[in-house]
Amino acid sequence: MATIRIAAPNTASAGEVIELKALIQHPMETGYRSGPDGKRIERDIIEKFEVTYDGETVFEADLQPGIAANPIFTFYTRAAASGPIVFKWTDQNGESWSKTHDLTVE
Amino acid sequence: MKPGLALLSALCLTACGDVVADTKSSPAHPQPLQSGYEFLQPQTQALQDDDFANPGFLWIDRGEALFSTATASGNACSDCHNEASSSLAGAAAHYPLIDPESGDLVNLEGRINLCRTRHQEEAPLEYESDELLSLTAYVAYLSRGTPISVDIEGAAADWYARGRDYFETRRGQFNLSCTQCHDDNWGKNLRGDTISQGHGTGFPAYRLEWQSLGSLHRRLRDCDAGVRAEPRPYGSADYLAVELYLAKRAEGLEVETPGVRR
Repeated sequence: MATIRIAAPNTASAGEVIELKALIQHPMETGYRSGPDGKRIERDIIEKFEVTYDGETVFEADLQPGIAANPIFTFYTRAAASGPIVFKWTDQNGESWSKTHDLTVE
Repeated sequence: MKPGLALLSALCLTACGDVVADTKSSPAHPQPLQSGYEFLQPQTQALQDDDFANPGFLWIDRGEALFSTATASGNACSDCHNEASSSLAGAAAHYPLIDPESGDLVNLEGRINLCRTRHQEEAPLEYESDELLSLTAYVAYLSRGTPISVDIEGAAADWYARGRDYFETRRGQFNLSCTQCHDDNWGKNLRGDTISQGHGTGFPAYRLEWQSLGSLHRRLRDCDAGVRAEPRPYGSADYLAVELYLAKRAEGLEVETPGVRR
C-alpha cells in the first residue's frame, strides 16, 4: 500500500521528448542501522524499478541500500504511439507495486 | 525574611513576569522573524518548493484519501467537512487552541483524534502513526500560506506561560535552554549547521535526517535528546504548551506544511 506519485504529460506530439517522474513511499532500510532497542533493523529495500511504454521497456534501474528512502526517478523518453506507461517497483521479497499512466499521442 | 519584604519580592516577580509576557520585542524574540526555510541550503529549499518532488506530498496524498474514506461507523471526515479545501482552509493556522467542550489545549493531532472519538466512534490514532501524520499533514497543508495566529488569552494563558517556561529553562546534561540557541544565537554556526530561529511552521515536515515525515513533537524530542535531556512523550502537556508558545512566537509567519528540513 505504498503511495505512488507520477508526473507525466497526458498528451504529446509524435516524436516529442517527454519528461517522466516517479516517486514512491518506501523506507529503503539499509539493514545496517540499529533501532532504539539496540537491535539491528532488518534490511528492506526496493531492488528493481522498471518502466514500460506500450509494452517496451524504456527505463530500468537496480536499487541498492545506499539509495535514500522514498526514491524519486526523473527520466525522458520519446513519444511514439498512444499507449500505457507502466511504472513498476519490486522489493527484495518479490512484492511489487505499480501504476499505469495513459499517454495519448496526437 | 520580613512579611513585607516577601510580598514586595512576590510583587516584583509578578510584575517582571508581565513585562516579559507583554513585550513582544523583548530581546528574547528573534527579529526579523525567519522561517526555518531561510536557513536551508538552496537544494533543500528547491525540494520543498517542488510540489511534485517534495516527499511530504506522499503523506498528503494519503491524508487526502483517508479524509474521504468512511470509518467503521460510516462517517468519513469529508461527510462533515465537505469541500475541505475551502472549509478547512486556514483552520490549522490557529492551532493549538482550547477545545471548548473539554477546556483542554489541543493541537491538530489532538483535534483529529477528538473528531474520531466524538464523531466517528473510532479509537484515537496513535501519535506519529502514518495515518495520523498523513491526516495532520493534509489538514495543515490546506492552510499553507496562511499566517499563523493563535489565541493565548483566557484558559490558554497558563499553557502559554508553561510553554515559555519550558523554552527558557536550562535542561539536560548540556544544561542548555531552547532560548540560548534559538533566541540568542540563531544565524550562527553549530558545527556544520546554521542555527534556525526554531519555528515550527513547516511541520509536520519531511526531515532528511528522518527520511520521513514527522510531527513537531518528534522534532522537540530530538531537541531535548540533543541537549541530553529526557524527551517528553508524544502529545505530552509540556510539548503542547511549547507548541502554543512556539506558534505565538512565530505569529505572522505562514504555514508551510509540508516543509522539508535537514
